[in-house]
Amino acid sequence: MSTLIDALTAALGTGAQFHKWQYPPSVVCCTVPREKFAEAARIVKKAYALLAAEWATDETPFGGGYGVYACYRWGGEYLIVRAELPVENPEFPSLTKRYLPAYRFERQMHSLMGVAPAGHPDLRPWIKFEDWPQDAWPLRKSFDASRPLPRVKGEYRWSRAEGEGVYEIPVGPVHAGIIEPGHFRFQAVGEHIINLEERLGYVHKGIEKRFESLGWEGGFRLAGRVSGDTTVAHSLAYCRALESMTGCMPPDRAHWLRALFLERERIANHVGDIGAICNDAAFAFMLYQMTRLKEMLLRTNRELFGHRFMMDRVIPGGVAADIDEKGRKAVLDEMTCLEREFERLVAVYDDNSSLEDRVRDTGALPPEKARELCAVGIVARASGLNLDCRMQVPFPPYDRIEVKAPVLISGDVHARAWVRIEEVRESIRLIREMLATLPGGPVAAPVAAPQADRAGFAAVEGWRGEIIYWLQSGPGGEVNRCMVRDPSSINWLGLEQAIPGNIVPDFPLCNKSFNQSYSGNDL
Amino acid sequence: MMRILYQILRTGIVTEAMPREINARIEAAGGRLEEAVKRRFRKSLTIRQVDAGSCNGCELEIHALNNPLYNCERYGIRFTASPRFADMLLVTGPVTHNMERALRRTYEATPAPKLVVAVGDCACNGGIFGESYASRGGIGKVIPVDVAVHGCPPDPFAILSGIMKAIEEKR
Ligand code: SF4
Repeated sequence: MSTLIDALTAALGTGAQFHKWQYPPSVVCCTVPREKFAEAARIVKKAYALLAAEWATDETPFGGGYGVYACYRWGGEYLIVRAELPVENPEFPSLTKRYLPAYRFERQMHSLMGVAPAGHPDLRPWIKFEDWPQDAWPLRKSFDASRPLPRVKGEYRWSRAEGEGVYEIPVGPVHAGIIEPGHFRFQAVGEHIINLEERLGYVHKGIEKRFESLGWEGGFRLAGRVSGDTTVAHSLAYCRALESMTGCMPPDRAHWLRALFLERERIANHVGDIGAICNDAAFAFMLYQMTRLKEMLLRTNRELFGHRFMMDRVIPGGVAADIDEKGRKAVLDEMTCLEREFERLVAVYDDNSSLEDRVRDTGALPPEKARELCAVGIVARASGLNLDCRMQVPFPPYDRIEVKAPVLISGDVHARAWVRIEEVRESIRLIREMLATLPGGPVAAPVAAPQADRAGFAAVEGWRGEIIYWLQSGPGGEVNRCMVRDPSSINWLGLEQAIPGNIVPDFPLCNKSFNQSYSGNDL
Repeated sequence: MMRILYQILRTGIVTEAMPREINARIEAAGGRLEEAVKRRFRKSLTIRQVDAGSCNGCELEIHALNNPLYNCERYGIRFTASPRFADMLLVTGPVTHNMERALRRTYEATPAPKLVVAVGDCACNGGIFGESYASRGGIGKVIPVDVAVHGCPPDPFAILSGIMKAIEEKR
């Protein structure tokens, strides 16, 4: 079961050095000479791997330079390939030609850490805006994050299109509706979009840097606020990465409660999204019906677990909320009510031909493209990729309950809506099963601080898709780096690819069906 | 079509179905709110929501104001796409370096009386993101704030109360 490692060692021999400091032991990290960094990508790509994340670290506290990391996934295997870059010449071979998502990862590494991907086709700053000083690299240790950035003069070069009848529509950052800020620039001919360029970074709050100053105990709260709609999944991924480094084993009951929270978060968001997608196709009935169901779930959360979104309920070592017999009954009753109401509404969705007209074939991301983009989560599953960490790398308790993830191939708005519908059904089933088997015992275990010079990794399937955290402790045991990879960092590219060919008025509908996080992307 | 009608009939008016004590609080607040909206804004208060760096948690609760249980439109409150029609800005997030300019420009584009309600701990004082190279540490550092609503995120009721307070206080 280690296809990627085998492929890499067969090709590089002793050129690949495996490390003992990476946890959990099932996730392997190896260092290759930096000129082999892109070569390693070629090798694992031949073994079908997808690129899950790419990031850089400042390793000067260890007496080194910079580290660049690429995390690959195939099946249940994660492999991290690392290269060391000297301080005076932090250049490494770009992976963008092999792996499309590296395109933005590398722009971001270049912008925020000042490492240089050689051969990258487009090094315009990303997240960093043109009015930041060029040499402001916030993720470097030498950067003073406490002071406001001065503004300098600069210009962002947008991609352009020319020709008869071509015009441009800029949208955002403050765009219509109650929505996070981002900028979209369309080139269109008549109603047809010929190109979309996204520009994100407006909600960059310096989260990754902030983790370094908050310390290990404060990190889970910050992780819970990387993307407020995914607070459970993000704090869970943080906690699991931290627990893997410290050897902490949360009690069994905590695992089950975490999964209960995670599935409740999935249902609440999916239900809201299905309503919002219909609303963007001018079917407001569904929005009001679905938000009514969502509100019901949020109220139960507050009543039983003390917070409508269950923020700060997943903590290192376990959970900070428990459920008693009465609560268990309340959730089961709620599921019965939800299922009944939800199924009625699904019948309405299914029955409505004018809605079908809008959602079918709109905003299609074909399976080949989704694979090329290494898409994750609902977007991937709507475009034929059978990816779900609950199935492929099951963290407890998913190693003991079977999850069935729906996979569709049309990749259009309908497919993304329908994947959500099926997932709501599946999550209701899972919650019932969890409540039936919920073991007794304590809900949290003590967590020690990680030892010096370790790295922890975790992947959790949030409602949008796979969330990855990678934590690194420094030589004094402090937080040296906390890398966050929200599914949006990858799937935003999918939206950009799905839009050309659609008409301008369908953009909100397509965008809603992806519903990517701005905050989780911008960090 | 029949299904839709059945479902609408079956659902009825869900505003009534709220837990009694919350309902009573909302009704009390809502009653005064309606009164104030009528008196000061000719029965319609128009809000432009601005996310100045939120984690999206606060947005979820602002969205909830529009769900049929809170149904803020019954008090004459509407959300608009353009600041130029807005009586009030509902601003979330600690104000990121990258949003500062857009927030200022939105504020400038808003006609008087330009009520500003800062929603959430981040908007009040930076919250967990604090003050840094990327975060200004609160809306008040960038534009004048009339009312600050604490909470992470504040619940829809608290947001409604904040809106009401802003209307009542600004003369
Ligand atoms: S106050 Fe809380 S919920 Fe609101 S934006 Fe800040 S972190 Fe998110």
